[in-house]
Amino acid sequence: MIPSELAAGHEILEELLSRLKAENWTARDLFGIRLALEEAVVNAIKHGNRLDRTKQVHVVFESTEEKIYVRVADQGLGFCPEDVPDCTDAAHIGCPNGRGIMLMRNYMTRVEYNDAGNVVVMEKLRETVAGS
Amino acid sequence: MAVHRRLQLTEVGDVSVVRFVDRKILDEANIQELGQELFQLIEEEDRKSLLLNFSSVEFLSSAALGKLITLDKKVKAHGGKLKLSNIRPEIYEVFAITKLNKLFDIKDDEADALASF
Repeated sequence: MIPSELAAGHEILEELLSRLKAENWTARDLFGIRLALEEAVVNAIKHGNRLDRTKQVHVVFESTEEKIYVRVADQGLGFCPEDVPDCTDAAHIGCPNGRGIMLMRNYMTRVEYNDAGNVVVMEKLRETVAGS
Repeated sequence: MAVHRRLQLTEVGDVSVVRFVDRKILDEANIQELGQELFQLIEEEDRKSLLLNFSSVEFLSSAALGKLITLDKKVKAHGGKLKLSNIRPEIYEVFAITKLNKLFDIKDDEADALASF
């Protein structure tokens, strides 16, 4: 459980990434995981809880030989991921926001939101497993 | 000339070459500050040719991409040119996934970029 402060979010990310580094995940996997976790945690703090320090973000993180599992839950009102415009469309390419979820989906094997849109679950298979 | 905390600025002819102080462009406060410093180059210092050299950058988030997009709009609105160079492959992939490699003029290295202004 972390408070809705971006510094606290970065602290927990560094801790999780050190753990994966010690578990010999490849640099490429670590890059993608860092990016996806960063986007998910920042979204929860900034857009979910709107930096409200009375609210918290709950992060569950599990890693095995083959994969990692992450669940990030905020106490905000949620959102509908389908409503976020596709920033790769020519009409939206100049929009400064909305690329975080796209990056999460690209770098993780599975990304799913709950119906309310305030909980995201992500999984990533190790590169060697995903490619085999 | 303004003091810059998040970027290093050098002049090569008419081109202002920007290098980034942070290897990881992640922290929200730093990204805000970086954005302000970049916007200042265009809006207050009236620079027309800007090259962002990413050689020191190992990581950036979507919030940083957002600042670059806003910078691109400001440069165009001021009749200037913005180019990016020295982007390492994993960072270039982030630009490619988001199709921002189509929006920005990206060159392999600084020499290529300088020659293209």
